[in-house]
Amino acid sequence: MDSDIRVELYRMMVLIRTYEEAILREYHADKQPVFDIGAGLVPGEMHLSAGQEPVAAGVCAHLGSGDAVTAPHRPHHVAIAHGVNLDAMTAEIFGRETGLGRGRGGHMHLFDPAAHFSCSGIIAEGMPAALGQAFAFQRRGTDRVAVAFAGEGAANQGAFHESLNLAALWKLPVVFVIEDNDWGISVPRSASTSVPSNGVRGAAYDIPGERVPDNSVEGVHQAAGRAVARARAGQGPSLIEVHTLRLWGHFEGDPQAYRDDLDGVPGRDPIPTYESTLTEAGLLDPERISKIHEDASVRVEQAISFAKDSPIPSGEQARDHVFAQEAHR
Amino acid sequence: MTATTSAPTTRRLTTARAMSEGIAQEMGRDEGVFVMGEDVGAYGGIFGSTGGLLEKFGATRVLDTPISETAFIGLGIGAAVEGMRPIVELMFADFFGVCMDQIYNHMAKIHFESGGKVRVPMVLTTAVGGGYSDGAQHSQCLWGTFAHLPGMKVVVPSNPADAKGLMISAIRDDSPVVYMFHKGVMGLPWMAKNPRATGPVPEEPYGVPIGEAAVVREGADVTVVTLSLSVHHTLDVAEEMSSRGVGVEVIDLRSLVPLDTATVLNSVHKTGRLVIVDEDYQSFGLSGEIAARVAEVDPRMLRAPLARVAVPDVPIPYARTLEQAVLPTRERITAAIDGVLSQ
Ligand SMILES: Cc1ncc(C[n+]2csc(CCOP(=O)(O)OP(=O)(O)O)c2C)c(N)n1
Repeated sequence: MDSDIRVELYRMMVLIRTYEEAILREYHADKQPVFDIGAGLVPGEMHLSAGQEPVAAGVCAHLGSGDAVTAPHRPHHVAIAHGVNLDAMTAEIFGRETGLGRGRGGHMHLFDPAAHFSCSGIIAEGMPAALGQAFAFQRRGTDRVAVAFAGEGAANQGAFHESLNLAALWKLPVVFVIEDNDWGISVPRSASTSVPSNGVRGAAYDIPGERVPDNSVEGVHQAAGRAVARARAGQGPSLIEVHTLRLWGHFEGDPQAYRDDLDGVPGRDPIPTYESTLTEAGLLDPERISKIHEDASVRVEQAISFAKDSPIPSGEQARDHVFAQEAHR
Repeated sequence: MTATTSAPTTRRLTTARAMSEGIAQEMGRDEGVFVMGEDVGAYGGIFGSTGGLLEKFGATRVLDTPISETAFIGLGIGAAVEGMRPIVELMFADFFGVCMDQIYNHMAKIHFESGGKVRVPMVLTTAVGGGYSDGAQHSQCLWGTFAHLPGMKVVVPSNPADAKGLMISAIRDDSPVVYMFHKGVMGLPWMAKNPRATGPVPEEPYGVPIGEAAVVREGADVTVVTLSLSVHHTLDVAEEMSSRGVGVEVIDLRSLVPLDTATVLNSVHKTGRLVIVDEDYQSFGLSGEIAARVAEVDPRMLRAPLARVAVPDVPIPYARTLEQAVLPTRERITAAIDGVLSQ
């Protein structure tokens, strides 16, 4: 694999992790000593993606800003890897007027039309939208593609199966990416899913399906490369499942008392693993590594400052934006 | 089945604990009762509604499901048709979109379509409400939507004692009952709460009749008809107003279907003034229904135009300032009562 791409994948994973660590810090900063989900500068549910960086980085490396991406309730890694405006996204998470959705949406509802990015808090319900975007790209004769991300829990939802069938039937340029982090909140995959790999579910709809078993960013990159190329070439949809890792709780404040796999988690963190691989390959050294972390940190803190310095929406405007105000043409 | 206690109850529980105690007592009494839903097992329900049940009754009667609401709610309906008494949890009412067909075309209509021959004795529990910045897909009440569709009873407890009693009544009811609990009344350790989220709960099993409202505070000047978390806010306001010499009568509807119109009318007849406080969307919903029931009987009961405090037909916004501007807060309730009294 191309050395620049390998370093780029690492850089992206570091940026995502740095971001999630900063949101973690900000989220909890003013929920001490007693955790109150509604308190603080960043209130509400918070689903962070630490451990799942390889999926977002590996897939989105094949996409341009003209390609569409839909994400679920755990969206930050995908948004960052797809180039969503980081300042505006952060401002949205802080509920500010400068946010992607002017503070109306929040962290599960990020919409960046410039990046053709959206997400939804309803499990699997972000997937059908990707079909529509792919349909529009196809009808307009472009080679743009749409990628729908979802957790393994979502693959047991009707919308997932309906989307696979319709995308296959109409040969839509879609890639379905299932992030299997072993857990749907407290329910282990083994208690929710009848098949060992969601990749096999592609066969039910006569589309290619595969599973990347090891959370390796390069494995994801290769699988996604095949799927995106197929879609761009007009050969229709593909399904990829990645066995990834939920490093933290389902949401912040999750006591994870149900979780029996926690002891094994630290050794599974994909970032140090990839860092060693690239160091052994001579592509990274301590100096380069700390520069990459430093750059990430500067960028992330800039976004956090932007958010914190942005105006809070006025209650007077709470009823705005329900309907479009101006005619489109 | 009504609440009769030998000694005054001093034991206090959170609403969440009261709910799960009611379920546990019915599970102990009736082998056919089982609990099913997402994270109802080891997690004990995301909002604590099924805490401790897995430990007590095991995984054959407390079942975690895949995220497949159509399938497992439909499964509940089928099991109920065969005489079991499922309690099925839809984690947030907001998620009804993915499974409403099973709920309103099947659960709610089978009894009618079968000419009364097939019963669906099922309880659908679901969390509702906002106030903690969970955004437009995790903060809605939507009880007006369920109550609008014929064939399901709808109960909405506001406090621990009612939560247990309504749960037991719902389980024993031979019709489907949608049991909607506001996250803000559950007494969760991780969410800001009103002190009324913890309260006295009798230890023995008892029922609170479905279809009976409660006058939770008497007053001569104005009637406030409300439900769920808004009852707590309204009681706070009523206390504050009594120090100004204003008597606010507060009615906790507790059930929407059937609706206890008589209790509402009696109170409005007495006070002549009406404010309806509803955390659901304003238009085409509960607040309009209450107004219509009054107007249908005798609009002259009202000595002043009524007022509604509801969510003004906008999705629930994320940012705190915006969300607080659309929810029925104490400030909005106070302003509405003052407005009605000034006319
Ligand atoms: C239709 C619907 N049902 C249930 C939920 C509640 N819920 C939110 S996240 C989640 C678990 C999702 O698991 P998975 O899809 O594997 O994604 P992960 O959280 O592991 O990233 C559930 C059940 C929801 N948001 N939407």
